[in-house]
Amino acid sequence: MAEAPATIKVIIDNIPVDVAPGTTILQAARMIGGDVTPPAMCYYSKLEGSGGKCRTCLVEVSKGSEKDPRPMPKLVASCRTGVMDGMEVKSMTSDKVLDARKGVTEFLLLNHPLDCPVCDQAGECHLQDLSYEHGGAGTRYEFDRRTFDKEDIGPYIQLHMTRCIMCYRCVYTAQQLTDQREHGVLDRGDHSTISTCIGKALDNEFIGNVIDVCPVGALTDKTFRFKNRVWFTKPVDAHRDCPTCSGKVRLWMRGNEVFRVTARKDQWGEVEEWICNDCRFHKKEASDWTIEGPSVVNRHSVISQGHYRGVASPSQVQNLMPEIMGRDPKFLLNIHEVSDVNRPQVDLSKIGGPAHGTNFLPNLHTDDV
Amino acid sequence: MQLTNRSKAVNRDPMTFSESLYIPGLLKGMATTVGHIFKKKATVSYPEETRPFSPVFRGLHILNRDEEGREKCTACGLCALSCPAEAITMEAAERLPGEEHLYREEKYAAKYEINMLRCIFCGFCEEACPKDAIYLTQSIPPPNYDRETFIYKKDDLLLPAKTDAQERAAEGDPTPLQP
Repeated sequence: MAEAPATIKVIIDNIPVDVAPGTTILQAARMIGGDVTPPAMCYYSKLEGSGGKCRTCLVEVSKGSEKDPRPMPKLVASCRTGVMDGMEVKSMTSDKVLDARKGVTEFLLLNHPLDCPVCDQAGECHLQDLSYEHGGAGTRYEFDRRTFDKEDIGPYIQLHMTRCIMCYRCVYTAQQLTDQREHGVLDRGDHSTISTCIGKALDNEFIGNVIDVCPVGALTDKTFRFKNRVWFTKPVDAHRDCPTCSGKVRLWMRGNEVFRVTARKDQWGEVEEWICNDCRFHKKEASDWTIEGPSVVNRHSVISQGHYRGVASPSQVQNLMPEIMGRDPKFLLNIHEVSDVNRPQVDLSKIGGPAHGTNFLPNLHTDDV
Repeated sequence: MQLTNRSKAVNRDPMTFSESLYIPGLLKGMATTVGHIFKKKATVSYPEETRPFSPVFRGLHILNRDEEGREKCTACGLCALSCPAEAITMEAAERLPGEEHLYREEKYAAKYEINMLRCIFCGFCEEACPKDAIYLTQSIPPPNYDRETFIYKKDDLLLPAKTDAQERAAEGDPTPLQP
């Protein structure tokens, strides 16, 4: 038997790429990158067995392989389909694919509450990106969206079942990262829900990673809940000596306050290295971390808003006013004395859960001026 | 070189006798001055008199309430994001059980501030708002000598809640509330 070739050639959207046998179409497309790459809501390259559920990565195979050049009869899920030698794939060049993606997006949004203004995931939500890129403007669904009671699944993780798209990523994460999985999918079909087995709390050391793998806002960080919008915080890469994990994280800061700690994510929005709960939920001091520098954020992302490059803070700029006008300028208004927002007495990053009205009571911000 | 057709060459000839009397020139000038008395005034005596605003005038902001009097704003931050002058800041809080009559959504703005000194009244906040919570009204911020008064807090912006008597009047029951 002839030895399998080291690499095989596939053509995706007329761009040839050489890949190892056994690669999936999605991975081959990611090697090319850019707009050719099909979106993926459930596939996660770091999780074994993920993919094949959401159908957003559908592509058209216009030529099966060199030996059998017939096209595949239906659109295939690129995350679960291996490449063949000489395969020709159409992703963004196929109208059928674009139409299918629009349909899949509409299906994913059928029961989605679209509460982005409230949701903490807004701004880094894959479903938001998908619907902006591939979705239609309106909905044709006329029935009530399914609703769920809020369920408590532990002290640090908030589950919003209404936002879930049943991608199973969190289930695979718990299965493959922790020694005992405590949550899973209950019931079938339209009734299926992510839940713990009757009110158990998720408290494994690495369970916090389900927040990062969740493509929507179904699983969010309770310690960050409603503290700030992600695009108003500044992401910086940082590390610490952690006995349980690599300690390489991304901090989301406002000034010197650490609002949220997440794992670092690559260009596909996938976690680079898993981090432990201790790093994620308990190290909310800037002094806990060695800050490496600002994270690279795609400039088309809303998170890059307000990241002015090369701007020096007033303390770094040499004050030339005395030379120019003979005295320091008279400040007519110090905004920090007047403003009620971001008062030093109210330290949002130190509050364990979401802030409530009681955290902002007037006696907390009496001016000592 | 002539740049425009309106330019006039200065006449440097010596004055004639009638010109040297100055009286015709004086009268001509006075006629122009007096003529302005009978023309329509270009100004209004503000604040007693105001000019009508155009229907799309963008003035002072207001934070709206829904039909049940609950605050509509959910502190999503889109107004602050869209604000080109970075005039808007806010801090969000979670609605507690029992506060459902105060806030429409699960999250609300505990603090909401607009710096009217920075605001350029472009109306982007109104356009960005997904909850129809912020509107620009037809009034202008009242002038003041203190800059502090131009930092509008949530109390200054929020539409006042309807009192019981007002609500009853709106429902067609004009009898005032018994004290």
